Amino acid sequence: MTAALTVRGATKRFGAVLALDGVDLEVNAGEVLALLGDNGAGKSTLIKCISGVHRLDAGSIEIGGEPVTLSSPAVARAHGVETVYQDLALFDNLDPASNFYAGREQAGPKWMPRPLRVLRRQAMLNATTDVLDRLQVTLPDATANVGLMSGGQRQVIAVARAAAFASNVVILDEPTAALGVRESRRVLDLILRLRSEGHAVIVISHAMDHVTEVADRAMVMRRGRVVGEEIPSPESQGRIVALIVGSAYEHSDPPHNRTSPQGPITA
Amino acid sequence: MPDAARPAAAATPASEPVAAGSPSGQSGGPSRRTQGGLHDGRYQLLQAALRVIRLGPVLILVGLIIAMWRLSPVFLTTGNAGNVLAQSAAIAVLAIGQLLVILTRGIDLSVGSTIALASVVGAIVFRHGADGPVVILVMLAVGAAVGLVNGGVYVWGRLPHPFIITLATLSAVRGLALQLSGGQPKRGVTGVVRSLGGGSVRWIPYSAFLVVGVSVLVAIVLTRLVWGRWIYATGGNPEAARRTGVPVKSVLISVYALCGLLAGVAAIITSGRLNAGSPTSGNLAELDSIAAVIIGGASFLGGRGTVVNALVGALMIGVIRNGMNLLNVNAFLQPIVIGAVIVLAVETDVLRASLEERFRVRQAELS
Repeated sequence: MTAALTVRGATKRFGAVLALDGVDLEVNAGEVLALLGDNGAGKSTLIKCISGVHRLDAGSIEIGGEPVTLSSPAVARAHGVETVYQDLALFDNLDPASNFYAGREQAGPKWMPRPLRVLRRQAMLNATTDVLDRLQVTLPDATANVGLMSGGQRQVIAVARAAAFASNVVILDEPTAALGVRESRRVLDLILRLRSEGHAVIVISHAMDHVTEVADRAMVMRRGRVVGEEIPSPESQGRIVALIVGSAYEHSDPPHNRTSPQGPITA
Repeated sequence: MPDAARPAAAATPASEPVAAGSPSGQSGGPSRRTQGGLHDGRYQLLQAALRVIRLGPVLILVGLIIAMWRLSPVFLTTGNAGNVLAQSAAIAVLAIGQLLVILTRGIDLSVGSTIALASVVGAIVFRHGADGPVVILVMLAVGAAVGLVNGGVYVWGRLPHPFIITLATLSAVRGLALQLSGGQPKRGVTGVVRSLGGGSVRWIPYSAFLVVGVSVLVAIVLTRLVWGRWIYATGGNPEAARRTGVPVKSVLISVYALCGLLAGVAAIITSGRLNAGSPTSGNLAELDSIAAVIIGGASFLGGRGTVVNALVGALMIGVIRNGMNLLNVNAFLQPIVIGAVIVLAVETDVLRASLEERFRVRQAELS
């Protein structure tokens, strides 16, 4: 099977800083890949290269086996790569349907210049409702402005919007960072649904419990390199944390690592 | 409410495959709790309060009109109503232009001066023997040109905020109007302009029809066209708009150009009423237009507001001024009252924001 996304030898330099140093990454359809690493490890740079914000200095990106040059976010989107950043990029003053279609409105007639085309509001509302239904996202009022919705509902809308337009890869940057327990639950369920729908999903997260729950594979980066890969499980959490912080995993003290995975970072 | 019930009902059976194959056994739970939210008392109370606040400006305008009708027998006569409409027309057109700019988080301080320049240029062109339609086109073009300068310098000059460039054109454009006219009003305007500004059908001034026409056109742009959706997106979240492919720069230039064009329309109304192109026309009109937009209930922070808000605000200012004249209230009190109403309107917007915050918290608690 061809991978949904393959990155080979990705290298990116900002001045004297080598942000990415020959990174390889592969993610398949129907798979959730967790991208882990401490701050400054290169995770954000890597996903920005995949989503067309940055261009690679060296290396290649293939989508569905085809080599592509992702020169801008629009090009990346055209190749079916959608990214949900931490700020969600939602329009608080618009309803979910308008948020879904902002910048890619369904409108006609075609012979008119784009700004003067008439919005197909009902069609966009129906399509949005369909996607939300399919992903089992329930909102108290699907026509209310997104600004009236809770943090979890907003996150879910942003993820659903990405899923609706991503034919290949959905990238989620810290999707549960700002959420409470129950709201995180809804987002994690949604990620699992994206996987069962056959999306390739890349998740950046610091919440080890969430990674363990939804990710099929965890890839750990440090100082611009991939330093290891693990199948996330309660047992491997300690090893993953050790990879992240770059210390040797101490077999003599697993309970410590198990109960407070973030512990070594503060040490 | 039936709308909200449907997806949840559809969701429950379908959720089982995911729930069975993964550790997310509770996935059916949140949707049931959200359903409960619709019947939650506080949730509904907050929703009702928000609805009232959104309707607030219309209710206040209706209240003002009823109060004036009780206080003054003249107020609702056709003659006086025609007066109010004629006096409010220029402000209303300006306010609609200002609304477009404020929707994108901007401000246009130059519209008052633009009225003066367009009026003076219109009068000069007329004196050189131009026909009515040509005069009108020239006046509109002058307005649009000032708007293009505002938008162009703001966007291409990469200014952090349009305040400064429109402050500059406020000064320079007024100066240009004074220069071109030698500081004196140019008496006499072409027939079409005079009737658009001063004529009426029975008691309804032509300018009121002009306002209705402009309102309908702009409302169509804002609610039905891709362009309007881009204006709201740009005001709601400029960074996200850029990322999702909205041509933010063109949108910004277009709203300043349209705002200038509408200042040209206001110039037609003003010089028609005066029967002259005066370099002092439209003095402080920019502040009236901003006040109208805010009083009418649009948000100064951008992204929220409709043509109705601008119209209601302009009418409110017109009714307050006219009503205080009829009641023989000291003329110096008028600006004070208008100032108080502006504070009231802004506080209402603050209240709206805090209610929305509590609404969000309540939803998070219920979900």
